[in-house]
Amino acid sequence: MTLNWKIGGLALGAVFFLAVLLVKPIGVSTQFVILNGIVGDWVRPDLVTESADGFTSSNAYLAKSGGKYAKAVSNPINYGFLFVLAMMVGSAVSSRMNGGLSKEEKGSPRVWRDRFGNGTSKRFVATFVGGFVVLYGARLAGGCTSGHMMSGMMQTSLSGYLFAAGAFAAAIPTAILLFKKGA
Amino acid sequence: MSIVLAITLGLAFGFVLDRVGATNPGWIVKMLNLTHLHLMKTILLGIGVASILMFGGQMLGWVDVGHMSVKGAYAGVFVGGLLLGFGWALSGYCPGTGVCAATAGRRDAWPFIGGGLLGALAYMVTYPFWKGTSMLDGVAGGKVTLGAVPGAKYEGLSSLPGDWLGLVLGAGFVAVAFLLPQSLRAQQGQ
Repeated sequence: MTLNWKIGGLALGAVFFLAVLLVKPIGVSTQFVILNGIVGDWVRPDLVTESADGFTSSNAYLAKSGGKYAKAVSNPINYGFLFVLAMMVGSAVSSRMNGGLSKEEKGSPRVWRDRFGNGTSKRFVATFVGGFVVLYGARLAGGCTSGHMMSGMMQTSLSGYLFAAGAFAAAIPTAILLFKKGA
Repeated sequence: MSIVLAITLGLAFGFVLDRVGATNPGWIVKMLNLTHLHLMKTILLGIGVASILMFGGQMLGWVDVGHMSVKGAYAGVFVGGLLLGFGWALSGYCPGTGVCAATAGRRDAWPFIGGGLLGALAYMVTYPFWKGTSMLDGVAGGKVTLGAVPGAKYEGLSSLPGDWLGLVLGAGFVAVAFLLPQSLRAQQGQ
């Protein structure tokens, strides 16, 4: 069952607060880069290298900011990466406790089926393309809905407001046009 | 210790994201096409509560100001936001809710993750291009908060006291969450 927004909002706020109290603000999208780096370094071991100055990479993005991404790639058991893996377990537990999803819902959400039919191929193409654009955009922006919008705006970061303005400016018209009955 | 915290906080965040409906593209789409604002109210209340607790805790000396981490503001933040927004509406997922939806049982979230890894890879490869433009150059001071927060390493965009501003804005988010109606547009065809 989906929580009432008042209880859900309090719970969400508590988690974001606890993260800042105990460690640092929550962020997710960086870990897509870290996983790419881990796989890349496995295929081509010279991708990330360690020297007396710390970690660096032949990829300029992994090497930026003093090689902090390169360092995370070479140490996969780090805070940010484990945090995201644990998120996946947490949502799995919540979903099972709720009795899981119906067979139809597992393949494609109802909002999509109502508009585009029951087939999953079109849906899978849409989420694949969506995923590509979302992560490209998130890396260009330097964060996503968690890191920029929620963590950023709670800290009164200018960047959080800038990001939220961009995200909703594109998302609202897209959703209105795409999920219009009979369009 | 940081490993234990990563696992505990991650578990809690994933659990809550699923419980508030954020792993369900139905709630995301209905928020974005303004037909049902349940999730918008949840998010606004969440930001407000977190902000009030953090800034209030800092003022009482219970929360370490050094734990703040403010990201840079540059033109690419807005452009990247536009791209993310488009993909968010198309798929009904963002990075955090996408990975959580996959393990919550949604098979369509796995292609989202696959596309996401490829998109992140594309950015890793094209990063030097963006670096060569002015898109990544800081605007209005870059890593700034709206007011200077006492003890923080970030500058303030305005001369307002950042901690009080944080409390007021936090209260504002809570107020908007309550004032926002359940829906801004009628659900079409139903």
